[in-house]
Amino acid sequence: MSENTVMAPKKHMGLKTSRRISNTAIYVLLAVISVVWLIPFICILLQSFRVENTMPVGYVIPKRWGIDNYLRLFQTDFPKWYLNTFIIALVSSVLQTFIVLCMSYALSRFRFKGRKLLMRLMLILGMFPGMLTMIILYRVLADLGMTQANAVPGLILVYVASSGMLYYVSKGFFDTIPKSLDEAARVDGATRFQVLKKIILPLSKPIVIYTVLTAFMSPWGDFVFAQYVSMGASAGKNVAVGMYGWLNKDQIANNYTLFCAGGVLVAIPVTVLFLCLQKYYVEGVTGGAVKG
Amino acid sequence: MVKYTDLEYLRMKKGKRFGLKLLSFLCSIPRKTAAFFLMLLTGIKQAALKIAGEARDICMGFVTGDWKTKVSYLVMGFGCFARGQILRGVLFLLFEVVFIGYMVLFGGYYLGMMPSLGKQGPTTEKVASGLRGTATVTIYHDNSFRILLYSVLTIFFIIAFIYTWRVNVKQNLTAERILKSGKKLRSGKEDLRSLVDDQFHKTLLALPMTGILVFTVLPIIFMILVAFTNYCGANNGYTNNLFHWVGLDNFNTMLNWTNGSSSYAATFGEVLAWTLIWAFFATFTNYFLGMMVAMAINKKGIHFKKGWRTVLVMTVAIPQFISLLYVSKMFASNGIVNGLLMDLGIIDMDHLLPFWTDPTWARITVIIINIWIGIPYLMLITTGILMNIPADLYESARIDGASGWQQYSKITLPYMLFVTGPYLLTSFTGNMNNFNVIYLLTGGAPTNNLSTAPGTVGYTDLLITWLFKITQGAEANYYLASVVGILVFLVVAIISLVVYNLLPSIKNEEDFQ
Repeated sequence: MSENTVMAPKKHMGLKTSRRISNTAIYVLLAVISVVWLIPFICILLQSFRVENTMPVGYVIPKRWGIDNYLRLFQTDFPKWYLNTFIIALVSSVLQTFIVLCMSYALSRFRFKGRKLLMRLMLILGMFPGMLTMIILYRVLADLGMTQANAVPGLILVYVASSGMLYYVSKGFFDTIPKSLDEAARVDGATRFQVLKKIILPLSKPIVIYTVLTAFMSPWGDFVFAQYVSMGASAGKNVAVGMYGWLNKDQIANNYTLFCAGGVLVAIPVTVLFLCLQKYYVEGVTGGAVKG
Repeated sequence: MVKYTDLEYLRMKKGKRFGLKLLSFLCSIPRKTAAFFLMLLTGIKQAALKIAGEARDICMGFVTGDWKTKVSYLVMGFGCFARGQILRGVLFLLFEVVFIGYMVLFGGYYLGMMPSLGKQGPTTEKVASGLRGTATVTIYHDNSFRILLYSVLTIFFIIAFIYTWRVNVKQNLTAERILKSGKKLRSGKEDLRSLVDDQFHKTLLALPMTGILVFTVLPIIFMILVAFTNYCGANNGYTNNLFHWVGLDNFNTMLNWTNGSSSYAATFGEVLAWTLIWAFFATFTNYFLGMMVAMAINKKGIHFKKGWRTVLVMTVAIPQFISLLYVSKMFASNGIVNGLLMDLGIIDMDHLLPFWTDPTWARITVIIINIWIGIPYLMLITTGILMNIPADLYESARIDGASGWQQYSKITLPYMLFVTGPYLLTSFTGNMNNFNVIYLLTGGAPTNNLSTAPGTVGYTDLLITWLFKITQGAEANYYLASVVGILVFLVVAIISLVVYNLLPSIKNEEDFQ
């Protein structure tokens, strides 16, 4: 019995120290991860201030510092590309959100004939590699006069028109709003439209913000299709296409640090916006994954 | 096959359980395939019966209906006018007029050209120009690309017309019946109101569905049709050369094995194998490591949870073309990584690490960099789900003396797999088509010089980047790219189908535990 009373606190101490050790290990792990994850971005930032030459080099810390790269950006078409991308992102995020909400609300709340079939067909459509349809979309846009220098409206049209396929996450969200709310309002004589406007939309702030955010962010990174549609015309490029050109074999020696400076300017606003609305993004992706 | 009762099943060892499940799955394949075709057959039969019934109804309606109904079989919307439903009448009539106009002006021409895809190619002719005489110009006649595109559109339009015609006939018959029974018809105002009320879904779906139809479905159908032509697609879609139907020749070219390892089929097999390996590793490394990071951050007693998360989440926000292109340059032979290792004296000038030049190195490097890309995202997803696991499960496990690993493998992992099973599947197929990571990191390099297939295949090329390369450049080979696209679809569809069929077994397992 006396043995037991002596043993107990010792064991307790052991638990505590082992927890402390494992926590320390986790802190070290997390610190290492954070460093590894941030290194490339810190490198981009440092390289954008490097002025001794413009080539890729094997060291990180610049030998001479300066903002020449940023000043040079304004002598290129970069401001134009930036504006293009911003317009595309702004307009398509508004319109895409509208389309996605229409689609997902209808599929979540109405039980009409062919609804299951529709959803299954869209699942199957999603399995086709979209890459191949670009050539046709390019041709259609060319017939509408929306390519090359006029690529901006063309890109908006295609992003918005095909966004109905992205209904999944917000449908999952609408499914979680109890139907009894709708029914109560319907009994009181509200039309379906009024139910959507007065009851569902005010409750849907997280999913609206999630949809706007993802729609706003994706044009900044779209590279393949934007390249196709702008077809080499500088006035129609977005930042991704324009800056990709700077890393071509024959341009990289002159434009590598320029790319870094441009990258910093693109990353800052998107990242700030994202961090502000992080909460909604997390809710969206988690919901989407659980619903599968 | 031996049948086991639930109790016997529970007594089995893990390996035996898995073996049993696999066996029963394999045994069920023939039965399931047969059931699938049977289902297809009955489906077709039912559809045929339904159409026949519909046709009979429509014919009977013509015989028994009054003159207003009879006229509207020919002039759509006439019955609606005659019965006072002006709004509906106007819409039906308008649609018919537009349809007939379109068919006469364009549709008929394109549809007529569809079997041949155009007969007369571009010709050069001399024309008078200015004062100095003649100049040679190229005159374009038939354009196969446009003929194919617009004939598909015309077929869409015809289907829409038939559907609308049927709606028109049916509405006439209903209207007639309603009037006979002494009730009143809906007015135009009520029709409009119903569009924001009980027919609201039609209003909601109209715009998105039109977009999907024109900008997703139409291109996909076109793409499938191109696989049966010899359209090469040089100059990015601006070709005025004629092309024509070639039947299954392209599939034959792609899948023919007669030349052995130098045939296209061999290249396809290699790329497919790497695509599957890549998708497997990309999905599961991210999944488990992301879950690990999430659990580390979630652990009791760890401070600055929000800070750690924010650091990782920041990397989700930065556009991939910046981070991936930059990282790809970091690992180049003159990049920072090699430079740093040289400064540290670990390697020297002659032994630079071949991140992008050696096939095996390149493959491993893309998988590792993909972990860097994917962990933050998975961390976000799993954090929420991990928090949903009831804490009392762990509590009781701890009281029973379960170690950390046991808690993980008996509680956390089964729960996570159960909840995120469908997500894993979509993520697997998504990784198979993960264009950005591969294209921006390596562009498919290092090149596979043994392959004779079009599109300069590389060792890190996935099917999707390969088919993109086939469509590029002067030697673009669009019809082969279409064949690859169709094959990609088949692979993805088969995997999805099989895994979805296996998923319920995961759920059953959950029932046992």
